[in-house]
Amino acid sequence: MTEARNNTRKPTLPAGGGQPQAGPGRGPGGGPGGFRGSFQKPKNARKVIARLLGYLRRRSLLILFVLFLMLVSTGSSLAGNYFLKPLINDYILPGNFSGLLRALAILGVIYLVGTVATYGQQRIMVQVAQRTTNTMRRDLFAKMQSLPLRYFDSHTHGELMSRYTNDVDTLQMALEQSLVQLISSSVTFVGAATMMIVLSPTLSLVTGTVIGVMVLVMRGLTGRIRENFLAQQRNLGVVNGYIEEMVEGLKVVKVFNHERPAIAGFKERNETYRVAATDANFYASVMFPVMGNLNNISYAAAAMVGGLLSVVGRFDIGSLAAFLQYARQVGFPIQQTANQFNAVMSALAGAERVFEVMDEPSEVDEGQVVIVGTTKHADGSIEVNRNGSRPTHWAWQVPQPDGTVEYVELRGDVLLHNVTFGYEPGQVVLHDVSLYAKPGQKIAFVGSTGAGKTTITNLLNRFYEIQEGSITFDGIDIRQIRKDCLRNSIGIVLQDTHLFTGTVMDNIRYGRLDATDEECIQAAVSANAHSFIRRLPQGYQTIITGDGANLSQGQRQLLAIARTAVSDPPVMILDEATSSIDTRTERLIELGMDALMKDRTVFVIAHRLSTVRNSNAIIVIEGGQIIERGDHDDLLLQHGRYYQLYTGQFELN
Amino acid sequence: MIKKLAPFIGQYRKYVFLTPVFILIDVLAELSMPLLMSRIVDIGISTRDVNFIVRIGIYMVLLALVGIISGTIFMRLSVVGSMGFGANLRDALFTKVQEFSFTNIDRFSTASLVTRLTNDVNNLQMTFMMALRMLFRSPLMLIIAFILAYNINAELSIVLGIALPVLAIGVGLILRTATRRFAIVQERIDAINSTLQENLIGQRVVKAFVRADYEAGKFQKDNDALTQAFIAAVSIAILNFPLMMLVMNSATLVILWQGGHMVFGNTLGAGELISFISYVTQILFSIMMVSFVFVMSARAKASGERVLEVLETTIDVTDAADLPAEALRPHVTRGKVEFRDVAFKYSRTDTGDDILKDITFTIQPGEVVGVIGGTGTGKSTLVNLIPRLYDVTEGAVLVDDIDVRDYALEDLRAGIGMVLQQNTLFSGTIRENLMWGRDDATQADLETAARDAQAHNFIMSFPDGYDTQLGQGGVNLSGGQKQRLTIARAMVKNPKILILDDSTSAVDSATEAHIRESFYHNLAQTTVFIIAQRLSSVREADKIIVLDDGKIVGMGDHRTLLATNAIYQEINQSQQEGVLAQ
Repeated sequence: MTEARNNTRKPTLPAGGGQPQAGPGRGPGGGPGGFRGSFQKPKNARKVIARLLGYLRRRSLLILFVLFLMLVSTGSSLAGNYFLKPLINDYILPGNFSGLLRALAILGVIYLVGTVATYGQQRIMVQVAQRTTNTMRRDLFAKMQSLPLRYFDSHTHGELMSRYTNDVDTLQMALEQSLVQLISSSVTFVGAATMMIVLSPTLSLVTGTVIGVMVLVMRGLTGRIRENFLAQQRNLGVVNGYIEEMVEGLKVVKVFNHERPAIAGFKERNETYRVAATDANFYASVMFPVMGNLNNISYAAAAMVGGLLSVVGRFDIGSLAAFLQYARQVGFPIQQTANQFNAVMSALAGAERVFEVMDEPSEVDEGQVVIVGTTKHADGSIEVNRNGSRPTHWAWQVPQPDGTVEYVELRGDVLLHNVTFGYEPGQVVLHDVSLYAKPGQKIAFVGSTGAGKTTITNLLNRFYEIQEGSITFDGIDIRQIRKDCLRNSIGIVLQDTHLFTGTVMDNIRYGRLDATDEECIQAAVSANAHSFIRRLPQGYQTIITGDGANLSQGQRQLLAIARTAVSDPPVMILDEATSSIDTRTERLIELGMDALMKDRTVFVIAHRLSTVRNSNAIIVIEGGQIIERGDHDDLLLQHGRYYQLYTGQFELN
Repeated sequence: MIKKLAPFIGQYRKYVFLTPVFILIDVLAELSMPLLMSRIVDIGISTRDVNFIVRIGIYMVLLALVGIISGTIFMRLSVVGSMGFGANLRDALFTKVQEFSFTNIDRFSTASLVTRLTNDVNNLQMTFMMALRMLFRSPLMLIIAFILAYNINAELSIVLGIALPVLAIGVGLILRTATRRFAIVQERIDAINSTLQENLIGQRVVKAFVRADYEAGKFQKDNDALTQAFIAAVSIAILNFPLMMLVMNSATLVILWQGGHMVFGNTLGAGELISFISYVTQILFSIMMVSFVFVMSARAKASGERVLEVLETTIDVTDAADLPAEALRPHVTRGKVEFRDVAFKYSRTDTGDDILKDITFTIQPGEVVGVIGGTGTGKSTLVNLIPRLYDVTEGAVLVDDIDVRDYALEDLRAGIGMVLQQNTLFSGTIRENLMWGRDDATQADLETAARDAQAHNFIMSFPDGYDTQLGQGGVNLSGGQKQRLTIARAMVKNPKILILDDSTSAVDSATEAHIRESFYHNLAQTTVFIIAQRLSSVREADKIIVLDDGKIVGMGDHRTLLATNAIYQEINQSQQEGVLAQ
């Protein structure tokens, strides 16, 4: 199950803003209360931040502007609250209504500025976040394409998909909301605390004590929450695994009347998960009433002590009103920071995982030799095409130490010399393999699964790097050939074919992007795919979706053959089908493959007797070594492994 | 949808019903705060009554404590209720999926079923939790705060009468547009995901054809489209907040102006004015909370639909309604199989050709039957009809002269052993996997079956023998070993009818021959159906059924068919020359 889950990501509406600083007297307690249940930390936060800044740098002016706007909006909300003091003391209580009108006008302007600044800051951060993640996705994709196959072997598709979805998304969310909020929360906290001290140091002491308690409670709760969420996550994994296995094997469950035990097993795991989920969500939710009401206690204490101070004349009603607003404002960031901090941390952890992929070593390509189109003259000399017309022949352009270049005709002469290879260090899949293929020859590989047949073909176009020995192509070491040129000269038809979303025509043209429609159709005809394509609802314009799910396996294979046919390479690698395809289609595929093999150097992983029989050489591979070689008749006479395979005495899978 | 999902609250109903009670207490405690504060200011300070101030202050602290307690309780209740709801829903879904017939299973992909049981249910339970809190708390907050504000000053409340609808309508409009735009975002995400997945699956092809740049170009198109959609959607969504600030601040300004006059005229206390503003804030904030719940439920709606789709799937293969009492029900005792004019298509509404048509034959107990024919000719479908994995469209399948639809499914399948093409093994030991056949099988039973299936030797070659742990899906076994284990598993069942659906394809000919031998000797009383690609697998069968295009085109033993049947001859010939080794 490497397939990525449907939409691991969901768009989220940023709800209600959640900015604490604006407007007077935001009600305490019971916020919207979504606690993001991820507790990830980057391994090296500083490094990740430095790299993220690299991405953000090109938008540094915008970000500076956002910070400025953030200060403006936080400042205006602090100022708006302070305004209550003169409003009450100087205008309302004395009844100075022209002054009140003026003051309210100013207050209105402050509010407006705050609102506009907040919106501006959010709007810009949306742009910044979206543009940044767009660039990251682009870079990540480009990087992914450059990774060696070895990387894809050791990482599941789901893993890589989740870099794009979960990780980039978390980062995007954090950039859009949490990051600025985290900063503005801190500014609000400091600002409100300062204003409180300015208004009344004595009263601030009272509130400060309660805030201290809040911080302690917060700390304790955060630990609990983390612990419980981890337990929930673990149990969820168990439940998911069980569901996956039982759904995957559902048909077997039915055949064996095993439904009841399966359900019982599920109920047990589901219940364990329920208990864990209940605890985790409880601790996460309980924070809101607890913190909100602690904030209320600080509010109550401030009201009481402030009232007492006013009675003895050391405080006034306007100051008390303003102070009470600050008392509310100061508690809010404490509740929020834990959430925002978590969001930022998991965003950093996500970014780190993205960067990890970006830091993976790319495929090595130090090749200097490139392919050029040539025209072959009657006297055998070759001339390089410079006018861009489609050449009749190809040549390798080999740079010489003295700066000149030499041209070597591309003929398809392949030589493996003492090649030793393993996918993992220390493991040997191929041991000391040597073989050659002359231009136009057909070489068949025969052997059990895992013997190393596919591995050899994987090495020819440098999907993997060999550890020892050498492979040459027309006498040139393939490591000196630029990878794109090497691969363009080798066509490959894999046993499990993969198609791409697009029309049938697009999929054939994948083999050579500048092929005309006629050339594509021609290729389809020669690959025996034309007749079935014509019968498709929209013929060549039929849209293929989901890796060709709307085609049969045989049809997919025929398309893959046509795709390779249109690229017309001098060397071909074919992995013959073993899967159960109906005999008619199988016959078509065989004919298509045979057409493709004509006049080329062909390496074929053979399953069919006819292929094997007609090969110039049959190479029997067992345990990563060539154990027999020769043509069909020779090998039968040897009465060795080939003979056993041929007479069906040996298990292939 | 709510009506359909609500029953899954089940035994957690009391938690759900109690939640609003404690929410009410919490709201009352919370809303009393500003009122008490105003008394400190308006009465305490102006009368210089220190005792009064302290008393009210203590009340406030006590109320906050009540708030902590009631808040904690309602959070607990809502969490238990919603997580319980989720667990019930998951249970129901899992149970339902276990009831699925093969037709039902074919309709959903495994990945999509897993997503429905996990992500979608989690989505629903979180939404339920939020809704449980917000949908009670916010309206309560709104109503009570409004009453309190009205009590302080009816005239000032007019401001609310204007601010409230303005905000509600504004938020509604924003939400509508945003929801629409987020739907586009979702589409673009799907597009980008499918491009990604394609590239991952087809990475070898991309590399072989050197198409990295080409693919990057395609991806960037999707990427830009996504970014655009995102910006369009989020830009609208973030309007919510400035709108609320605008309304709230305007209301505050008007109240300060109006209220200022009243305070001067002594018809309103300064403290009352401040608490009035508090209430206004809380009222407007409640609207935002309600809108938040709407946003969440919009997201949950899709999940709900996907979950209901599973729950409401009609199981098309079920026990007959008029099944006799358990003691009177038929059981498979001999293993006779008869097809009478059977026709089949996967969907009755399907206008296409029948998968099977005019199938009529009788197999006597103990016979070995080979079924042969090209892919897509209906071989698997044919044998799937025997244990009623699918129901016939026309005609009837009889086992021991009784229509398979007159058996209880459990009894019918108990008498039939089947090895599917897709030979799934489960995580656990080899023994546990074999015990699927019969949960009271002894070690001797297991070994007999394993020997018959030619699996005993390789099992014993593992250090832990029968207690060897298999990874999920039996990943640590070779294809041939897996197939032999699944055959053994079916044999442990001691079935009257054993069906092998192309299940020796990865087993070499010699081993396969040994397995076949056991059909004639140790399983002489068992009727065996063998579907195979290789003629050699069915050559010795008592009967061979040759299928082509859903019809029986020949039936008889090897010799007869070879002599008389053109298609059989053709297959025979093609295999003589065509196959080296599969």
